[in-house]
Amino acid sequence: MTSLLIRRVLSGIVLILVATALAFLLVSAGGGDVARTLLGPEATAEQVALKTAQLGLNEPLYVQYWTWLSHAVVGDLGRSFFLSEPVTSALASRVPVTLSVVLVSVTLTAIISVGLGTAAAVFGGTIDRIVQFISLVGHVVPSLLVAILIDVVFAVTWRLVPATGFIPFATSPLGWWSTVVLPATALTLGGVASVSQQVRGAMIDQLGRDYVRTLKSRGIPFFAIVLRHCLRNAATPALTILSLQFVGMLGGAFIIESVFALPGLGAFSTAASSTGDIPVIMGVIAFVVVVVVVVNLVVDLVNAWLNPKARLQ
Amino acid sequence: MSIEGTPIAIDPSTLATSHEGLARRFLRNPLGVVSLAVLVVVTLVGLLAPWIMPQDPNLSSLAMTNAPIGGQYLLGGDSSGRDILSRLIAAINVSMESALIVAGVAAVIGVPAGLIAGYFGRGFEAVSTWIFNLLQAFPVIVILLAIYSVIGSSSELLTAALGVLLSVSFFRLVRSLVIGVKNELYVDAARVSGLSNWRILGRHVLYVVRAPVIITASYIAGLGITLQSSLAFLGITNATVPTWGGMILEAFSNLYTSPIEVLWPAMALGITVGAFVLFGTAVRDTLEGPRVSSRRLKAPRRRTEGAALEDGGALLSVSGLSIGYPQGSKIRLVVDDVSLEVQPGEILGLVGESGSGKTQTAFAILGLLPESARVTAGTIRVNGANILNLPPARVGALRGKVIAYVPQEPMSNLDPSFTVGSQLVYGVRAVTRVSRAEAKKVILGLLARVGIADPERTFRAYPHEISGGMAQRVLIAGAVACNPNLLIADEPTTALDVTVQAEILDLLRDLQKESGMGVVLVTHNFGVVADLCDRVAVMKEGRIIESGPTREIFAMPQNDYTKKLLASILDDRSPLRRGNPGSTLAEKATAR
Amino acid sequence: MTPLLEVKDLRVEYRAKGFHARANEVLHGVSIEIAPGETLGLVGESGSGKTTLGRAVLGLVPQSSGQITFDGAPVAPGLGKQRRALARDIQVIFQDPYTSLNPAMLVSDILSEPLIAQGRKAKDARTAVRALLDRVALPSDAERRYPREFSGGQRQRIAIARALALQPRLIVCDEPVSALDLSTQARVLDLLIEIQEQSGVAYLFISHDLSVVHHISHRVAVMLRGELVETGSADQVTGHPKHPYTKKLLLSAPVADPDEQANRRAERHRLVEAGM
Repeated sequence: MTSLLIRRVLSGIVLILVATALAFLLVSAGGGDVARTLLGPEATAEQVALKTAQLGLNEPLYVQYWTWLSHAVVGDLGRSFFLSEPVTSALASRVPVTLSVVLVSVTLTAIISVGLGTAAAVFGGTIDRIVQFISLVGHVVPSLLVAILIDVVFAVTWRLVPATGFIPFATSPLGWWSTVVLPATALTLGGVASVSQQVRGAMIDQLGRDYVRTLKSRGIPFFAIVLRHCLRNAATPALTILSLQFVGMLGGAFIIESVFALPGLGAFSTAASSTGDIPVIMGVIAFVVVVVVVVNLVVDLVNAWLNPKARLQ
Repeated sequence: MSIEGTPIAIDPSTLATSHEGLARRFLRNPLGVVSLAVLVVVTLVGLLAPWIMPQDPNLSSLAMTNAPIGGQYLLGGDSSGRDILSRLIAAINVSMESALIVAGVAAVIGVPAGLIAGYFGRGFEAVSTWIFNLLQAFPVIVILLAIYSVIGSSSELLTAALGVLLSVSFFRLVRSLVIGVKNELYVDAARVSGLSNWRILGRHVLYVVRAPVIITASYIAGLGITLQSSLAFLGITNATVPTWGGMILEAFSNLYTSPIEVLWPAMALGITVGAFVLFGTAVRDTLEGPRVSSRRLKAPRRRTEGAALEDGGALLSVSGLSIGYPQGSKIRLVVDDVSLEVQPGEILGLVGESGSGKTQTAFAILGLLPESARVTAGTIRVNGANILNLPPARVGALRGKVIAYVPQEPMSNLDPSFTVGSQLVYGVRAVTRVSRAEAKKVILGLLARVGIADPERTFRAYPHEISGGMAQRVLIAGAVACNPNLLIADEPTTALDVTVQAEILDLLRDLQKESGMGVVLVTHNFGVVADLCDRVAVMKEGRIIESGPTREIFAMPQNDYTKKLLASILDDRSPLRRGNPGSTLAEKATAR
Repeated sequence: MTPLLEVKDLRVEYRAKGFHARANEVLHGVSIEIAPGETLGLVGESGSGKTTLGRAVLGLVPQSSGQITFDGAPVAPGLGKQRRALARDIQVIFQDPYTSLNPAMLVSDILSEPLIAQGRKAKDARTAVRALLDRVALPSDAERRYPREFSGGQRQRIAIARALALQPRLIVCDEPVSALDLSTQARVLDLLIEIQEQSGVAYLFISHDLSVVHHISHRVAVMLRGELVETGSADQVTGHPKHPYTKKLLLSAPVADPDEQANRRAERHRLVEAGM
């Protein structure tokens, strides 16, 4: 178990390094003249050259990346070119918004999907058809449209919750919930569509396994077998899909946020990428990569805990 | 569909691989016809856009600002006074283009990479899997934003980049399909026939991959349109060309003035994306063939109480049992009017070839028939009570305590995620309600009894840590843990090596002698019958055609089928071929 | 007489995944010989390496050392171009007739595939397919049907026809009747014997079932944990086994006669008590 943990952490670190290096290469390759943009058209060539040197943009790329990385590991992501604010503090005010939406929708997705998928597999019949239909709808309707629809219905028309804006959890948990619930719901439908199908498939597979019959033959009640044995064995494929969904929802949140005018990473990074604000873009990417690596690590560990064979690999 | 992430999962194993009449079956699926029709219409309207647009889509007219529906502008005007209908039509080509580019680029990269990685494996697989995992580790939108910061709003380049990012779906799908096919024996046979790798890929592998690739392509196309619209919604787009996402954005900022405007682009987007997804789903459903209804069918309760004979104290008495499976409107019988009896302490062999109904009979006695099975007639009495008339909970209470079961495949009958000990303890406690510690003591004693050398260690082991023979001993221990009166053993030694089989047969004999339980031994092996059984019943096509004491049946079989079966035993007492092959043969062989 | 197939000191190891996983050797230097027109029965339990030996002869698993010689010429390991030419001479019948035939292909395509791979014309191949079906006693309309329309025994006949298509001199039969019912087993074995008597093909016949091997083989080799423990004529090995493992194997298989089976059981118990 320990060696698994060490190996996964190491490969996660490698992934973070490779990903940020590639991203750095990509965003720096554009060669947009940042200094010129900052100083305006009236600036002289000397002023522009000086500004470029100040920003360190005249160095070779690997030196620039190394400078960025060596600061990043101690929590300094540099200063935004345009916002006159350190990237770290700019991120700190936006990350909670995006993470709130994503974590709530992942949690909702997991709970609803396990319930629906298991019910569909165990009971079949009408319940199964209803779950299949929900899943199909979730696949067919883009969550951007779901977001617009529920925003119009619940916030604009019925005014049940604020249509826009974000209230931090620390300020008011109820207020936080009222600003997060709609965007999270919009993301959840698509997630449930995928994950409930996976749970259903995995449960049907498990229910057909020989061991279920043998456990029944020992007098163990069917629902105890479903809850104790089948769910546990079905969890591994479901978790894999859920972790992929997490990545998807993280990206989806960037878009959904703008429907609800949430001050999260979405609008922030859209603005940064329109202006070529390299430190901000790199900061967002670094944050996303670290979150993804951590989520995958957690999923791997949970799988190892659930599945004795995975512990050996 | 979620804004990004995985398209609908395809389980390759459920796809029928032969494609005859596929187009015809697809066209009989209403979902398929409708989605195909929508896609054709949308494409045609897009292609004919310059001729059928009522207005110039970019023409602003102050008078038509937020114009109502049904006027000069059929669907009204937007906040800049432009014709919504014309803009919707003008936006089709951008959407369809992104669908094509995204799906095309993704397939062109993902499919060959998946084929090569899956088929040849090794270095290429390791490297490509790593790269694609890397791609999948990022939210697509984040990478697109980064790319956008570099290349600006060149929409073709951005959609092509999107295709690259989504190629991972094709890669994973194709790779797993290819790995599955590669291990098929028919591919080995093709190799041995001298087919080169490329011909095997072309003939055997591509065939399996084709349909799932089409399905995935249509999902990805839908995803492409969704993502392209989302980017436009974020404002990342060329403003001179109308797009549905851009129209949604404009209408959305105008929501409080004219809420209806958001409906049109949203509908256009929803219908087109939906058509792609439904098209893929319809192709998948067509390939999977008619879905078998998994509904729980209540077996018609036949009360045949009166017809039952007095069973003179038999432990098990099956009479007139018929079991069938629904096939269309009819029921196909797999067990037909079977009657048998087992006295306490007796071992009955139930023999037959595959499909004879012997296993179905055994499952019926356990009350563990598959859900779709129906008992159409007969009684099954255990200690005098007809279990077919008992409520399921009462039958469940008999299992483990009165009736027990030893399965055929030792490994698949243990739950891989639990230790051997915990599975057995759970069973004991479900029946006897003893404490965990007491149950453990019982199990350790039993493991020792079934011939396991180190019971403590096996108790703690996971199923994959023990051998097949050991696993079968564990299962036997689990079956006899609560001293059942009747043991149903379904081919208990078929999956085992012959030397292990002999040991397991010895164990079953000893346990039966000790406890005096009755046993129904289902087998196809007459040697096993001869070794263990007191009486034997021979089954063929769902019926018992002959039964009697083992010795009598072996010495003087009455039924022709029994005679034929006994005659086809490859008896090693009379060697068939002696010495070396004839020299004439050798000459023939070398002369060729 | 020079042997048709000679395997000398063959070793095969499977490399486990991962960096510090040890290679697992499953064949520890096995040597066999098969004469033209001869059947060598290869018996062993699961994990004995008998299937690996067959697959090594077919070139489907890489050998780590040793030499395979066919008709006096050394065979290159693996499935390179040179090895593919040998397809004309060495063919295979697998255990599972359900997965050894591509379910998406017509029987005629399955049977003509090896012919076309060896450069025969499609028209010739079609005539050959009809002859092959006739040879294995399947109706000629079988060529226009799919494998799933046939029973297990019939499928195995199709697999046999495919193996015969190139008129090989050696067929590796990997448990060809193990998945079949008793009455079908005997008929398929008889077909194999009949084919051998007509064509002089040699068989490497792999099975876990001593009675099946005994039925068809001229000579029998017994494998245990990657090594040969006993080789000899079918009569000698199954009638008067020398190695204690062979004895145990023989006595473990139950016979369909209650009295004789009781004797065997007692004899086996004596053998076990003596320490085998």
